[in-house]
Amino acid sequence: MPDLMPALPEIFLLTMACIILLADLFISDKNRVFTYLLSLATLAVTAALTVTLHTPEPVYTFDGLFVSDSMGDVLKVFVYLVTAVAFIYSRDYLLTRKIFQGEYFVLGLFAVLGMMVLISAHNMLTIYLGLELLSLALYAMVAFQRDSSDATEAAMKYFVLGALASGMLLYGMSLIYGITGTLDISAVHTAVAGLENSKQLVLGLGLVLVIVGMAFKLGAVPFHMWVPDVYHGAPTAVTLFISTAPKLAAFAMVMRLLVEGLGDLHDQWQDILIIMAVLSMAVGNVIAIAQANIKRMLAYSTISHVGFLLLGILAGTQAGYSASMFYAIVYALMGMGGFGMIILLSRAGFEADQLSDFKGLNERSPWFAFIMMILMFSMAGVPPTLGFYAKFSVLQAVVGSGLTWLAVVAVVFSIIGAFYYLRIIKLMYFDKAEDMQPLETTTDMKVVLSANGLGILLLGLAPGGLLALCTAAIG
Amino acid sequence: MLADLPLLSLVIWAPILGGVLVLFANKEEQAPLAKIIALVASVITFLLTIPLYTGFDLGTYEMQFVENTPWISAFNINYHLGVDGISMPLILLTAFTTILVVIAAWENVKKNVAHYMAAFLIMNGLMIGVFAALDSILFYVFWEAMLIPMFLIIGIWGGERRVYATIKFFLYTFLGSVFMLVALIYMYAQSGSFGILDFQGMKLGMTEQILIFLAFLLAFAVKVPMWPVHTWLPDAHVEAPTGGSVILAAIMLKMGTYGFVRFSMPITPDAAQNLDWLMITLSLIAIVYIAFVALVQKDMKKLIAYSSISHMGFVTLGFFVVYTIMENTGSVQGAAMGIEGALVQMISHGFISGAMFLCIGVMYDRMHSRLISDYGGMANTMPVFAGFMVFFAMANAGLPGTSGFVGEFLVILSAFKANFWIAFLAATTLIFGAAYTLWMIKRVVFGEVTSDKVAALKDLSNREFFILGTLAVAVLLLGLWPAPLLDVMHSTVDHLVQQITQSKLP
Repeated sequence: MPDLMPALPEIFLLTMACIILLADLFISDKNRVFTYLLSLATLAVTAALTVTLHTPEPVYTFDGLFVSDSMGDVLKVFVYLVTAVAFIYSRDYLLTRKIFQGEYFVLGLFAVLGMMVLISAHNMLTIYLGLELLSLALYAMVAFQRDSSDATEAAMKYFVLGALASGMLLYGMSLIYGITGTLDISAVHTAVAGLENSKQLVLGLGLVLVIVGMAFKLGAVPFHMWVPDVYHGAPTAVTLFISTAPKLAAFAMVMRLLVEGLGDLHDQWQDILIIMAVLSMAVGNVIAIAQANIKRMLAYSTISHVGFLLLGILAGTQAGYSASMFYAIVYALMGMGGFGMIILLSRAGFEADQLSDFKGLNERSPWFAFIMMILMFSMAGVPPTLGFYAKFSVLQAVVGSGLTWLAVVAVVFSIIGAFYYLRIIKLMYFDKAEDMQPLETTTDMKVVLSANGLGILLLGLAPGGLLALCTAAIG
Repeated sequence: MLADLPLLSLVIWAPILGGVLVLFANKEEQAPLAKIIALVASVITFLLTIPLYTGFDLGTYEMQFVENTPWISAFNINYHLGVDGISMPLILLTAFTTILVVIAAWENVKKNVAHYMAAFLIMNGLMIGVFAALDSILFYVFWEAMLIPMFLIIGIWGGERRVYATIKFFLYTFLGSVFMLVALIYMYAQSGSFGILDFQGMKLGMTEQILIFLAFLLAFAVKVPMWPVHTWLPDAHVEAPTGGSVILAAIMLKMGTYGFVRFSMPITPDAAQNLDWLMITLSLIAIVYIAFVALVQKDMKKLIAYSSISHMGFVTLGFFVVYTIMENTGSVQGAAMGIEGALVQMISHGFISGAMFLCIGVMYDRMHSRLISDYGGMANTMPVFAGFMVFFAMANAGLPGTSGFVGEFLVILSAFKANFWIAFLAATTLIFGAAYTLWMIKRVVFGEVTSDKVAALKDLSNREFFILGTLAVAVLLLGLWPAPLLDVMHSTVDHLVQQITQSKLP
């Protein structure tokens, strides 16, 4: 009998997701909010369990298939937080579009379960299991608005390309298994260290395929094609979710596979990651300038953020990994706010996904224009917002490992990026409003969105705590 | 008692809190309240800076009023503040100018008054932070954060082409700064500290120094601005509201030159020595060529903007002739004179350019035009104003007895010790400066009354008289008796000269 305690949060979440799925059948549309509240409560209890069960030393269970460690626990807590906020932001959006159904929350919870498994995986099979659970839930969520042809198309694209990427990943894993004879991450690490030269080629091929699979999930160039289409086509509430929490899980996947498993091949994967990082920053920032649709613009912005995130990983140092982790968390917080603003501006029959819909927001609502301004400056990496420290810490890791030129390339692209974030601020503050309808939404969303934006500013004044948390989690 | 207070923190955060407070009075009918809060906050800030002067120890070059607490311990970044003889006068200048800007906006800013006031107050705190920061990341945070209020000020309250001007302003300065950030991170990787004073003490090889120097140069040259990265300034100045122009000219430009004496020269002295020819050439181009450009401007704000670039050329010249003087004469005194002249020029230009932009603001409020050709004969209808305008124009041209003379004279004098031709070229500016300012004065102030509009002009209100009068007193006082300012600088500058002439090669 394996020790079930380390996996208690996962077990609890699974049970609750099933209960909610069943209970939802017996709840009338009028009382659907009960499902919503129950989902939030589930996330809160899961978070409490994760924090209570946390141990400083990693704990392995299920014969090493599963690990519970500091990095995982920190990431999981942020996954719960981001998901809860996504649920809160989505409620009004779903209600006004008459798709406020239990499935959204149940699928969301299953996606969270997938992320938790992925984050805690210590075996390539578990990684694959978590990844597929996450992806299947996400495919269904994208297609959730059945009568929207855009959403269906996006889901189809996402599914086909996602399946292809999973195939690549699986093929890569099988090659690594063939060479090392094991699926266990630690065992792979040991096996790779003592590998004879003749087997290096096959191992290298496996490595490349694994990286392709991960790059797809992260949305790094040149495996980014699905990102703008899916972000654009999916209902904004779903875009909000898929653009944030899964990035935290994807970061964990990279850490488990590349760093913990194949860390000795750092010299080989560093070059691949450098190319992907530079391309992601270049393509993301440059193409974002040409977008008129803000969801697509934020999709390209995500691609460029992924480039920055890779910078920390490719530095190959403890400081780099914790910088990347910090970046992933900060990105999730910013992305949440950014898509949250689009939801705030939208109403029944109006998606507010054009850049021009932000015109004159300062006249309509000075407060939320201010919140959006913080978010945009943060994404651009201007101090004193949190986004600056995220960029700062990865740059520092990159310079620290002797790649100063790469830091210079990164900052040049961040200047290009600053332009399209500034354009949003320009629209909000310097242009006249064309649409003077007041912003209507639920109070809880207003409060959380305000807290989201202000948090990014205030944490920017005192980023030490969050940075120290990431450093401690990796070390 | 005063010595125990964290004065610098108060001076930084009081205006920022004041700015946040003003934001709560953002309803249209609360505008008078917003103005009063803004005035009180800016006056309190200025009063808080006075103990910095009175309690300043003239005998030491060490940092004073130091505060140092850990801020981001993961990266060894500290909340480290302190002032020396270079930064203290700049802090006073900043707090002083902000009061004038608040008063100047009293009646003529009608749109979003609370936001306007808040932006200036917050910027006041951030700018003081730039001058007081002794940790390079703290410095960088203030340095960049300052762009946000300025971006909004130009973009919201600016003229017709404000969007173009403000985005250009933001991207230009952002471009320069990020390279500085990489340089700072690089030095951290070498030294394990972000302290500016630690950077000043660390050994660096020649190639490293040159690269770091160039990264700093990009950041500071954009801000000064030096030729050829000056093109954002005329645009920003022309489009900015009066208050924005005043702050830009009086304070923001000084941050670039401040950066040279705080970062570039002490941290990379060998590179500075090696590349001083480049810096001197760029300074001379700014002084001579930009003066010619100023001569042909039709728009008064543009003219003063170009004149600012030309005058800032003097500051950079004063800094970088030091190396030639030391080679030629070996006299620390002579070298110190150049730097002191440049520093006096920074303060003096703060007063004079601020005053010139306020004068143009006074005219613009009445006529809604900045074009020289729309004016003429203002001396007939606005005699008091004309008197001020002529006075500040003379000061801008470097008339003895005004503050404009002291700085330029000291710089030219020390330039003679370096090289006759450098001094000669720099001195031509006394002629060109007089030419473009006085020619403008001739066309705007004197002559026949050219239009009915000018004929109908009313002279200065008490409020305007107060602002210009205060600045006139400051310009005269500094011109006739610069000793209090020079005394404050002496020890710091002497130390700086030693520091920047000592090789840091390992």
